[in-house]
Amino acid sequence: MFNWFHRLGSPRTFFAMTSSWHPWLLGLAACVLVGGSVWALLYVPPDYQQGNSVRIMYIHVPAAILAQSGYMMMAGAAIVYLVWRIKLADMAMAAVAPLGASITFLALVTGAIWGKPTWGTWWVWDARLTSTLVLFFLYVGVMALRSAMEGREQAGRACAILSVVGLVNLPIIKYSVDWWYTLHQPASFKLTEKPAMPVEMWLPLLVMVIGYYLFFFTVWFMRLRNEILVREQHTDWVRTWVSDR
Amino acid sequence: MKFGAMKAHRRNRLLLVLFLVAAVGGATTFALLALNENINLFYAPEQIANGEAPLDTTIRAGGMVQEGSVVRDDQSLKVSFVISDMQYSEVMIEYEGILPDLFREGQGIIARGQLNEQGVFVAEEVLAKHDENYMPPEVADALKEAHSSNDS
Repeated sequence: MFNWFHRLGSPRTFFAMTSSWHPWLLGLAACVLVGGSVWALLYVPPDYQQGNSVRIMYIHVPAAILAQSGYMMMAGAAIVYLVWRIKLADMAMAAVAPLGASITFLALVTGAIWGKPTWGTWWVWDARLTSTLVLFFLYVGVMALRSAMEGREQAGRACAILSVVGLVNLPIIKYSVDWWYTLHQPASFKLTEKPAMPVEMWLPLLVMVIGYYLFFFTVWFMRLRNEILVREQHTDWVRTWVSDR
Repeated sequence: MKFGAMKAHRRNRLLLVLFLVAAVGGATTFALLALNENINLFYAPEQIANGEAPLDTTIRAGGMVQEGSVVRDDQSLKVSFVISDMQYSEVMIEYEGILPDLFREGQGIIARGQLNEQGVFVAEEVLAKHDENYMPPEVADALKEAHSSNDS
């Protein structure tokens, strides 16, 4: 099993294996996202209290889910890099941080736009909103650390440690609405209970979540392939690959 | 993953990483427990009734608007209502200004303002707290109808 792990861990093998993936992934992500958006924005019934502003949920909730999943993936890659010193894991970390930061920003902005008509304010410093802002700063911090440090290996290790330390924020975000009094409502979906909304409202949300995941992975792969080419630019196989184009 | 089959230096690094996560997690847990009161965005009606909330300091109070408690002034934007935790405690709130669209009886709200010595909370800002339930208007109407036919 470790043999396979190490082979996939070679940037060259990964690059060759995934070369045919991203057009398919991109097409699939686009189909699911467009389909889900049309469904959510045009055909989903309005909410009995929020009216049409409930539709912001279909952009906001998947973005918030991906903001946290993305961090989990970054920290996972960080652990792999710290323990096994696989270069590809470091590249994956470098490739995912700006993506995670953008999607966290999207979650914060759409949340504010929803908050104004629903709560009556763009922002409050409650535990959920503040911990999500901290998540955004963690992503930005990892990016800043990488560009500020000399030496690729030291930078990679420092970023990995920061990512792992930041993991502690994820349960805080998740349970903030249960542990403390917040303005943000608790989760509408729990593993053990029925969703707090009818199927015609949560099914398109599920489609959007899947679409966001596909989009996230597609862009991550494309960025990772870019990162591989940049870092391995002096190797023979990259030179051959470039001259073959 | 066979833990015993890992190379010793890798196993040590993995243990170090796990220790790092546990240490940071532990430290954060203690910090959050110590800060517990300060992280809460608002005081619940019970805390205010028990005198846990400071007087004449800007704080937030949150609770459900009690049915039938909203009194509006005809001449101005003044409004007063009672928030409760639906169980034991109630707090009187006075406010002058525009209420959010979602403000209604039975709705959760959070008010920012000051508690005076009479135990009345004078609010400068009222926010509506949305709950986690979503439904189309027809379903809400049907629920309400079923509810009222049960009552009669």
